[in-house]
Amino acid sequence: MSAQNSRGGFPAIARRLLPFATGAGMVVAWSAVCLSLSADQRFLLPSPREVLHAFVEKGPTLWAAAINTGGGALLGFGLAVCLSFVFALLLSLSSLVRASFYPYLMILQMTPIIVIAPILILWVGPGLRSVVIITFLICFFPMVVNTTQGLISTDRNLVAFFKMCKATKWQEILLLRVPAALPYFFTGLRIAATLAPIGAIVGDYIAGNSAGGQGGLGFLTIIYSSQFQMGALFATAAVGCLLGFIFVAGVIALSWLALHKWHDSFSQADT
Amino acid sequence: MRQEAPRPIVELRDVDKRYGDGPLILEKISFSAERGDFISLIGPSGCGKSTILKLISGLSPITGGRIVVDGMEPANAVEKLAFVFQEPTLLPWRTVAQNVEVPMRLHGSDPKLRSEVVRKSLSLVRLTDRMDYYPRQLSGGQKMRVSIARALSVSPRILLLDEPFGALDEMTRDHLNEELLAIRQELAWTAFFVTHSVSEAVFLSNRIIILSSNPGRVNSEIRVEFPYPRTEETRESPEFQRRVAEVSKILRSVERLHS
Repeated sequence: MSAQNSRGGFPAIARRLLPFATGAGMVVAWSAVCLSLSADQRFLLPSPREVLHAFVEKGPTLWAAAINTGGGALLGFGLAVCLSFVFALLLSLSSLVRASFYPYLMILQMTPIIVIAPILILWVGPGLRSVVIITFLICFFPMVVNTTQGLISTDRNLVAFFKMCKATKWQEILLLRVPAALPYFFTGLRIAATLAPIGAIVGDYIAGNSAGGQGGLGFLTIIYSSQFQMGALFATAAVGCLLGFIFVAGVIALSWLALHKWHDSFSQADT
Repeated sequence: MRQEAPRPIVELRDVDKRYGDGPLILEKISFSAERGDFISLIGPSGCGKSTILKLISGLSPITGGRIVVDGMEPANAVEKLAFVFQEPTLLPWRTVAQNVEVPMRLHGSDPKLRSEVVRKSLSLVRLTDRMDYYPRQLSGGQKMRVSIARALSVSPRILLLDEPFGALDEMTRDHLNEELLAIRQELAWTAFFVTHSVSEAVFLSNRIIILSSNPGRVNSEIRVEFPYPRTEETRESPEFQRRVAEVSKILRSVERLHS
């Protein structure tokens, strides 16, 4: 883990600062565009300062909405992780099981969530339950597909070795197939982590609890857009983005814990 | 000395093998191994050398004929055998020591005994200082040695080695050959060794079985009388070189026959 001093003649510290510099440049350009807009166009693009102001002003609301959406996302994501693992185990048992269920898994993935949402609302009512199910539906597919792939791609020689050792089917699954599938599992997890907050926001937007006023980021989006509160909308988008980062960071940390000692994806140079 | 003909530990009689409806891969293979034999199987690629090991190990059923391993059907003799694959086939998420432990763990043997056997097996291949390493931290030769230690951990009476050193450079290979013979000197198992390298076969074995292909048949058998323990000097001796040339010549004629 020796610090690389330069790459392309660039000192390491300057390299680290580079994204901040581009960010600052973008804010300046953004402000310039705002200033150049005529008075009747001003409402189209809020200035950085207005967005910042919205953050301060709507702080508690945004915070509550973020907790609400984040919680829904986490529940749906967790549900997808658990169920997809069980389902992937079943699918990995035989190609016949896979042949019988894969088409329906595809159909489930292809069905537009927007269309399912009203059905869900009728079935389980609007609010958290709908949000969780929608998030689940979005996360489930990539998790199942990746985990199943991992469980059936075990090195054939290792399987033969386990057979030679008279391993039971259960030992083969627990001691061989599941650990061998972990890298695939985490690939699915990473994809699902980027989708979970988006799923929860979309879910909240179309099936959230708009009545009680304790909705999440999707609900705020509806309110702010109907009121043309552009600064607040930008702030909401930023919070949603932050939520996504937290999810992905969490998954990367988990996969690091599980894999860094033995898997090549975490060898010497991970930049 | 061999007058009263001791009972062979492994015997193949008229063994045929085909996969599914495919062509015959092995035809009427017959030979037997006595306790302590080191038999190399050599022949053109595709002659079914590795398949013979799979049949002896019971990993794959025979189509015709008969195999007896220590008086039993191969499938019942699994405990007496250990297989060393072409690749190290280690579990990458387990340390060296944990990898050697796997067969014992699968058999459910006593944990205390396990760690003792692990240490002993690793000391045979001189890797006790790498116990806590993960496979990816080892060189190709070291990985193969762990794989051998793992095979030895079940105290097999018969060792089946399927071209275990084929992917290694010559220096490492020679070195591991010597190491393997040194271990054999200590634990007298019977070995079946598949290889493409004539000099490796001559160095290791007391018997070399040459196979021809399409379908695989026993072409001839050669006895190598150099006394064990064999060392680097054995390899450098002119008799050794002559022997290698002789076997190579037969092998070439077998290959020409089928090309």
